[in-house]
Amino acid sequence: MAIKLTVNDRSVSVAADDSTPLLSVLRDELGLHGTKYGCGTEQCGACMVLIDGEPSYSCTREIGTIAGKSVTTVEGLSRDGALSPLQQAFIDEQAGQCGYCLSGILIAATALLKKKPKPSRDDIVAALDPHLCRCGIHNRVVRAVQRASGI
Amino acid sequence: MIANTLPLSLTDNPILSQWIAFEPGKVRIATGKVEIGQGILTAMTQIAAEELDVAPDQIRMVSGETDVSPSEYFTSGSYSVSVGGAAIRLVCAEVRSMFLDKAAAALGCKPQELTVEGGKFLRGGKDTGRDYWSMAGAINLEKRASGTAPVKRHSQYRIVGKSLPRIDLPAKLTGAPFIHDIVVEGVVHARVLRQPWKGAHLAALDEAAVRKAAKAPIEILRDGDFLAFTSDNELAVIRAAEAARDKAKWDGGAPAPDGIGAPDWLKAQPSRSRTVEQGDKAPVPRGRTVTARYSRPFLTYGSIGTSCALAEFKDGALKVWSHTQGPSILRDWLAKALNLETRQVTVFHRQGSGAYGHNTADDCAFDASLIATKMPGRTIRVQWAREDEFLGAPISTAMAIELRAVLDAQNKPADWQIEIWSPPHAQRPGMNGNANFSGLAALPNPPPMKELNDIPDERGGGATRNGIAIYDLPRHRLIHHMLPDLPLRTSSLRGLGAWANVFAIESFIDELAEIAGEDPVTYRLALLSDPRPRKVVETAARMSGWFDGKPLPEGRARGFGFARYKNIAAFVAVVAEVEVDEEVRLKHLWAAADCGLCINPDGARNQVEGGAIQGASFVMKEQVRFEDGRVAAKTWEDYPILRFSEIPEIEIELIDNPNEPTLGLGEGAVGPTGAAIGNALARALGKRVRDLPLTRDKIMDTLLKE
Repeated sequence: MAIKLTVNDRSVSVAADDSTPLLSVLRDELGLHGTKYGCGTEQCGACMVLIDGEPSYSCTREIGTIAGKSVTTVEGLSRDGALSPLQQAFIDEQAGQCGYCLSGILIAATALLKKKPKPSRDDIVAALDPHLCRCGIHNRVVRAVQRASGI
Repeated sequence: MIANTLPLSLTDNPILSQWIAFEPGKVRIATGKVEIGQGILTAMTQIAAEELDVAPDQIRMVSGETDVSPSEYFTSGSYSVSVGGAAIRLVCAEVRSMFLDKAAAALGCKPQELTVEGGKFLRGGKDTGRDYWSMAGAINLEKRASGTAPVKRHSQYRIVGKSLPRIDLPAKLTGAPFIHDIVVEGVVHARVLRQPWKGAHLAALDEAAVRKAAKAPIEILRDGDFLAFTSDNELAVIRAAEAARDKAKWDGGAPAPDGIGAPDWLKAQPSRSRTVEQGDKAPVPRGRTVTARYSRPFLTYGSIGTSCALAEFKDGALKVWSHTQGPSILRDWLAKALNLETRQVTVFHRQGSGAYGHNTADDCAFDASLIATKMPGRTIRVQWAREDEFLGAPISTAMAIELRAVLDAQNKPADWQIEIWSPPHAQRPGMNGNANFSGLAALPNPPPMKELNDIPDERGGGATRNGIAIYDLPRHRLIHHMLPDLPLRTSSLRGLGAWANVFAIESFIDELAEIAGEDPVTYRLALLSDPRPRKVVETAARMSGWFDGKPLPEGRARGFGFARYKNIAAFVAVVAEVEVDEEVRLKHLWAAADCGLCINPDGARNQVEGGAIQGASFVMKEQVRFEDGRVAAKTWEDYPILRFSEIPEIEIELIDNPNEPTLGLGEGAVGPTGAAIGNALARALGKRVRDLPLTRDKIMDTLLKE
C-alpha cells in the first residue's frame, strides 16, 4: 500500500512495505542520496533527518510509522542552489575533512538553531553528541554552528 | 629551491602527458594520489595553479583513474604533498617554460619578457593573444620530464601558502558526492558474508531462513567460503546478509586465541629478530639502569561510512569504482587475483568516507569485481555493513615496547635501548607478494600466503616507525621482534607503529626527567641540539604557558609529547591538559608543527587538529577485543571513539618555514598527542599507566597494582 508523506516540502507517495527503513526509502525510492548509512543502529548519526522538525535516525525508522509526516534531508536545507546560512558557515569555517558525517550533523544543527537561535557552546555539543566524526573536525563544526547563530 | 633529485612519483611516471593535458578552458592535472578526507586535491590544485600561473578554478584534477592518472603507489605515509605534489610542481614548471619558449620564438622576443596570467601569455603586461590552449597543439608533452625547469621561489608565490577553501567541501554539504551515491541503471546490489576468522569454513547455513528474511527474491552465489547475496533490491540483500550473519555456522581455520595481543602473549610468540645499533661502540658505561614496558592493544580504523565499490565486467574489460588508497596497485592485484591481464582492468577512484589506513576499500572492490566476473554485463554494487567492518577489516596490531636506559652522572641516557614486539603493520594489496583481499582468501584453493615482512626501515618502517628516538643519544639500540604468525591480517592505521613508539619513548623520557628531578621540557631540550626541533618544542611550551608557573586547578595536570614523524617528516610538539577525578577528561591541547613549506595553512591546521583528536581517541578509548576467536565489537557501543562532548579546546601554531621542503604532516600529530596525554595523566595520578588505552579500568589496575 502506498504511504504518503512530505519530503523536503514535496508530497510523495511511496510503495514500500511498512517495515522499510526510511533511509532505504530516501536513497533507493526517492533518489535522495545525501542521507548516509553509517551503522544501522542509531549510534553514529550519519543517517539523521528531521521528522516534523525533530532530528531522527532514518536507518531504523520504519516508513510505516511516518505516514503523513514531514521529512527534511540535507537536500532540503538549501533552496534553489543557495546554501543555508548554516551550510555557508561550514564553508566559512572549513568544517569538514572526509565529509561523510556532515549531512547528519547539518540536520541536527539545523534543528538546534530552530529551537534555540542563540545556543551556548554546551547546547551545541549536547545536540551534536549523538554524531560520530572520525576525522576530528568537531571544534570546527562547533565554530560553524556558532557562526551561523551570529555569536 | 625544493629538491634536486626527482621525486619518486616522477621517476615512476616520467612522461609529461601522464600529468598534464589542456582541455577547453581548463588544465587537466592527473594524480595517482587520492582524496581520503585530507584535502589533497585542493593542495595539488594550488601547486599546479601556482607554477602554471592559472587560477585554481582553471585546474581540473583527475585523481586515481588508472586509464589516465600516473601510478603513484598508495596515498599513505604523509607522502602526498612531499612526493606527489613535488612531481606536479616540477612538471608544471617545465610545461610553463616549454610554452613560453615557443611563444617567445613566435613573438620574436625572449622568454623572460613574457609572463603568464590566468593562462594567458603577456608581454610587458599586455595580452599577446597567445595562451596555453591556443598553443597546446604545438607543444609535445609526450616527452620525459627533465625536472630541471626552474620552479618559483617562495617570494613569488601567490596561491601556494594561502588557505584556498577545500574544493570538495561544497558538494559534501549539499548532497551526494560519495561512491555510495553513484546511481547506475539496472545495478545489482550484493552483500558478502564475511569469515569470522582466518580460514574459517562455512559449515552450515539455513538458506531458506536467509531467503525468508530477505522478504524479496535474492540470488545466493557461493564459491568455497565466499558467499554473496545479490538482488536488484538493496534492502533484500541487506536483510539477507544480516540473517546469514546470525545463522552461519563456521568451523576450521585459525580463530584468534585467548589472550591475543596482551604484551606477555606477544613476547611469547615466535619471532624473527634483528638489532639496529647507532652511535658509540665503546662499552656501555656503568650507571643507573631504568627500564619500563609499554603496550598498545589492537585498534580498528573505524571510518564512519562503510566501504562500497562498483564493478562491471563487459566484453573482457573489468571496470571498478573504488575508494581505494592505491588505484594502480588495486588494478594490478585485481587482475592477478581474477586471472585477467592488467590492461583488462581499469580502476576509477571515487571518494568514500575518510581512510585512516588500510581499510576495507580494496576488499570491497575485490568482492564487487569477483561477482562482476560471474555476472558479465551487469554493474555490481557492494556495500559493507557496520558489523562487517569491525569483523572483517584489516586490524591495527597490538605491540609491546620495552625501553631501557643507562644513565650517566647527570642522569642523561648514556645508553638507550628500545625493544619492539609486533607483527607487521602493512598487508595492503601486493605487499609481500600477497593479494591480501579477504574475499580471495575465502575462495577454494586461495593462493598460498608468502612470507610476511614489515615495511623496511628505509621506507619508514612499520613496527619500527619512530622507534629510533631523535634525541641526542650517544648509543642507541633498536631490537625488532617481528612476529610473522598471528592469525590476523595486521595492517596500516594512521602512523602504523609510530604513535605507540612515540607514546613509549615520550613516556620514558618523562620517567627519566623525573629521576633527574628536571622539568620534562627542560630535560628534552637538553637532549635536543638541533635548532629546528628545539623551536617546535619551545613553541608548544610557550603557547601553553608551560613555564609560566601558574598553578593549575585541583585535579588538573599537563604533559608534553614530541616527535618528528618517521624521523624525516613534520615535527610536532603537543601539550595536553587533563582533569582527573572519577574519570579522565582531556581539557586542552596546544600543538606546534613545522612542516616546512606549507601549501595550505588551514588545511595543515585541519590535519594537525584531526590527527590530535584521533591520537587522543586512540590512547584514551580504543581497543578491539576478541571473543570466541573473533573480533568482539559489533557496534560502536563495543568500540567507543572520542565524541563531541569529549573534545578538548585545541590551539595550533604552524611554524613558518617556507624555504624548507614540505614535510608530510597528515600523521604527525597523532603520536605526540597521545604521549602528551599519557604524561599529563601520569602527573595527575602520581602513577604511570603504561598499557593503553588509558581507560578507567587500566587506571584502577595501575593504582591497585602498585
